[in-house]
Amino acid sequence: MRRTLIALALSVSFTGAATSEGTQSFDRIERGRYLAILGDCTGCHTKPGGAPFAGGLTLATPFGNLIAPNITPDQDTGIGHWTTEEFVSAVRDGRGHNGTRLYPAMPYPAYTKMSDDDVLALRSYFLTIAPVHNPVVANQLPFPFNIRLSMLFWNAVNFSPGRFQPDSQKSPQWNRGAYIVQGPGHCVTCHTPKNLLGGDKSDAALRGAVLQGWFAPNITGNERIGIARWSNDDLVRYLRSGANRWTLASGPMAEAVSHSTSQMSDEDLAALAAYLKDNGSGGPVSAPAAPDRNAMQAGAAIYKDNCAACHRDSGMGDEALFPRLAGSPLVQSEDPSSLVRVVLQGSRAVSTASAPTAPAMPPFDWRLDDSQVSAVLTYIRNNWGNVAAPVERDAVKNGRASLSSFP
Amino acid sequence: MMARKLPAKDVVIIGLGWTGSILAYELASAGLDVIAIERGPWRDTATDFPPSYSPDELRYAIRLDLFLRPEQDTLTIRNNLSQTALPIRHFVSFLPGNGVGGAGVHWNGQTWRFLPTDFRLRSHLEQRYGKAALPEDMTIQDWPVSYDELEPYYDRFEKLCGTSGKAGNLRGEKQPGGNPFEGWRSSEYPTPPLKQTLGPTLFAEAARKLGHSPFPQPASNLSEAYTNPLGLRIGQCTYCGFCERFGCGNYSKSSPQVCVLPALMRLPNFSAQTECEVTRINLDSAGKRATGVTYVDTSGEEWEQPANIVLVCAYALFNVRMLLLSGIGKPYDGQSGQGVVGRNYAYQTTSSVGVILKDKILNPFIATGAHGMMIDDYNGDNFDHSGLGFVGGGYMGAGQTNARPIQTRPVPRGTPKWGTQWKKATAETYQRGFSLSTHGSSYSYRDCYLDLDPTYKDRFGRPLMRMTFDFHENELKMSAYLTDRLAEIARAMDPVEITANPRKGPYNVNIYQTTHNTGGTVMGADPATSVVNRFCQSWDVHNVFVPGGASVFPQNHGYNPTNTVGALAYWTADAIRQRYLKNPGPLA
Repeated sequence: MRRTLIALALSVSFTGAATSEGTQSFDRIERGRYLAILGDCTGCHTKPGGAPFAGGLTLATPFGNLIAPNITPDQDTGIGHWTTEEFVSAVRDGRGHNGTRLYPAMPYPAYTKMSDDDVLALRSYFLTIAPVHNPVVANQLPFPFNIRLSMLFWNAVNFSPGRFQPDSQKSPQWNRGAYIVQGPGHCVTCHTPKNLLGGDKSDAALRGAVLQGWFAPNITGNERIGIARWSNDDLVRYLRSGANRWTLASGPMAEAVSHSTSQMSDEDLAALAAYLKDNGSGGPVSAPAAPDRNAMQAGAAIYKDNCAACHRDSGMGDEALFPRLAGSPLVQSEDPSSLVRVVLQGSRAVSTASAPTAPAMPPFDWRLDDSQVSAVLTYIRNNWGNVAAPVERDAVKNGRASLSSFP
Repeated sequence: MMARKLPAKDVVIIGLGWTGSILAYELASAGLDVIAIERGPWRDTATDFPPSYSPDELRYAIRLDLFLRPEQDTLTIRNNLSQTALPIRHFVSFLPGNGVGGAGVHWNGQTWRFLPTDFRLRSHLEQRYGKAALPEDMTIQDWPVSYDELEPYYDRFEKLCGTSGKAGNLRGEKQPGGNPFEGWRSSEYPTPPLKQTLGPTLFAEAARKLGHSPFPQPASNLSEAYTNPLGLRIGQCTYCGFCERFGCGNYSKSSPQVCVLPALMRLPNFSAQTECEVTRINLDSAGKRATGVTYVDTSGEEWEQPANIVLVCAYALFNVRMLLLSGIGKPYDGQSGQGVVGRNYAYQTTSSVGVILKDKILNPFIATGAHGMMIDDYNGDNFDHSGLGFVGGGYMGAGQTNARPIQTRPVPRGTPKWGTQWKKATAETYQRGFSLSTHGSSYSYRDCYLDLDPTYKDRFGRPLMRMTFDFHENELKMSAYLTDRLAEIARAMDPVEITANPRKGPYNVNIYQTTHNTGGTVMGADPATSVVNRFCQSWDVHNVFVPGGASVFPQNHGYNPTNTVGALAYWTADAIRQRYLKNPGPLA
């Protein structure tokens, strides 16, 4: 009896709190928490080992370094003194407290698609984060990029504000997938090629782009270099566990899987797959040049000695352990940056609850010179039915040089 | 300087090999705050033994890169009580591991279960042959657990490893193609047997012709890719022939690195402290309860790690020494036969038959640590020992662990040891020569034991451990008998030449035999003849466990120890989780 009374009292006080502060209802905060996962806010705003969302992670952009700011509700160093309007405007329009212009490393060009409800739920969630006193000087860019007003011009050229517009011809699931990809999930931010100013080439959406020394692959429905041959289940499996029968997530995608996609709901993963599998082939891709016979011969020998133990003679690898090379879109991608990088530096796959192994490839930079790397990559890109442009020696040389800027 | 005291943990684990990692996973996933303290370095597949350089015979097999270095720690050795023991300055006969993964990194992957009769060895032998059949100084004893009790735990360890093999006895039903002598199994091996190479195939044909029952050796180098119950992925073995003494570069030999650690390291309530050596287990003033451990880091600084439970998970020999140095249990005295810690040290009695065949191309470099065809007809008490003058036995057969260029030089008898003739003979014989082997038991004796050396000390000033060991008549007769049987099979292979090498005494620490050192903290039902009870819990200090290192074996049987070590680790983990945590105190 006594226990029932206490339970009753507790439930009354909880309801009371919820009605007096409608914006801070449990459901809304929980939705905001989930949106922060969809948006992978932690990927930039939480330093490894640091307090959640207290900032401090350095983002290397082609224009210089930015440090992700503290977005906890700390009054002095976080966003505790921001109004709700300022928060919404920062997320969707790139204008923060007192109208300060943000750099588009904050993916507001994608977040602008987010609905009012979602941004407000996100706001509610961030109000519940433990405030952390951690001053961050976000802007580390060199002149002239350090002048925030320059973003006025950038936005005029590259930024089209506006909410997501559903396509009534498509299913609600497809539209949900499209919303996540273009909006909160900001897949476009990495996977869409950029112009010289770093703005999206919107006519080439999701056709792959280089960032931080990695190539974020083409995720259109292209047969050879896109995801046409991946099933919906392959996509779901990859996003949830970081591994499927084709490949394993590594590099920046390992972080996206770890912080974001592995924690998404089954429905949202299915929606992502439904949209990506029904999003066109991304337009024509130029036919690659035929590889040099000598390079192929040398590449075959190098492959046998160095690669076949794991990736096998057949190029089929081992599911969730060694990526498959035969028929792999990433192996055939137009830009070989990731391949060069992985061979030189090695790479560790992501560890997730459903695929915890996190197998790693060792570095070969000490063992293979530039022409050997170029030969073996040319070989894997043109064997087992793969077709892709040869990897030039200079591309390996540049890749080796870039390891120091993107360690 | 006083040791600096760290915040207390629920569990401190000494050594992060197979038993340490299994116990850590089981207890941390039950919610306990667990720390493992490991003497050697962190070791990870891709960074420490990648396929791009792991097959380096000079570095790993000759210079023993992954092993304990005598300057870190060693022991002294003598054959009997009348001798003065001298320190081992270069490990040869056995090779203790070093670092995370322990012996699980450098093993071959041979994954055997002991026989049901092995677990009640003394009562079984006395019943069948009479008390008088056993030598007076033989100190073998029954295990305090039965095969039936351990079976589910063998099963768990094999599923952790994904072991490749063929069952010979499924829940009492004999299975064609498997080992007809094995104890019952609750399930088939997780993965099918490895493919056999020519040498083992020829051996199996000859053995079958002579009426034996050959079967594929159970192997934890996997025949196909496998996902274990922890969600961890193990790859398919490539038959590269670099298992024993090497780390596996492509995730296909089961090890803590492949089978446990990636899942363990995800648990936020587990941490590991590497390159830190535990110097002693600390006890309360009454000596009845452990308060934690003291360890030394690489800069020589001492730390005290308090904990509620102390798990002794180092290599078998060093488990014994840890208890001796910590004053847990009464040290065994070889003169009087009194005391328990260090008692019943045993080894393994191995032998070989070299075979050179006629027009065969064996391609011996196509090798794995554990494929091969074996017979178990002469193991344990699978055969009648009446009138043979010995007890015990072992499995025998043809494996092909490697044919690496520096150490694999089969030549006909009478070939010079070096020079042109030797080179010519090597070239002619390499493809046709191979070795069959026996893997025999080593029963325990009153005068085979471990204690602290009176003279020699380690780098911290602690006494080294002293090993007193020699082969006894029983084991030498057993080895001669088994080697004769093996030679008979070898002769049925139509060889050009065979050379039988039965084990001969005295025990020589400068000839490689095997790293299967057992006993010293044996488990038993009677505190007068054992150090730990049937739950691997110290009789004297109830919050100290020795969870299944081979140091708890009362004697050594005719099989490799790892599967039994793994099974006992799970057995102990269950005892701690289901019994000890509810009611901390003596479990038996």
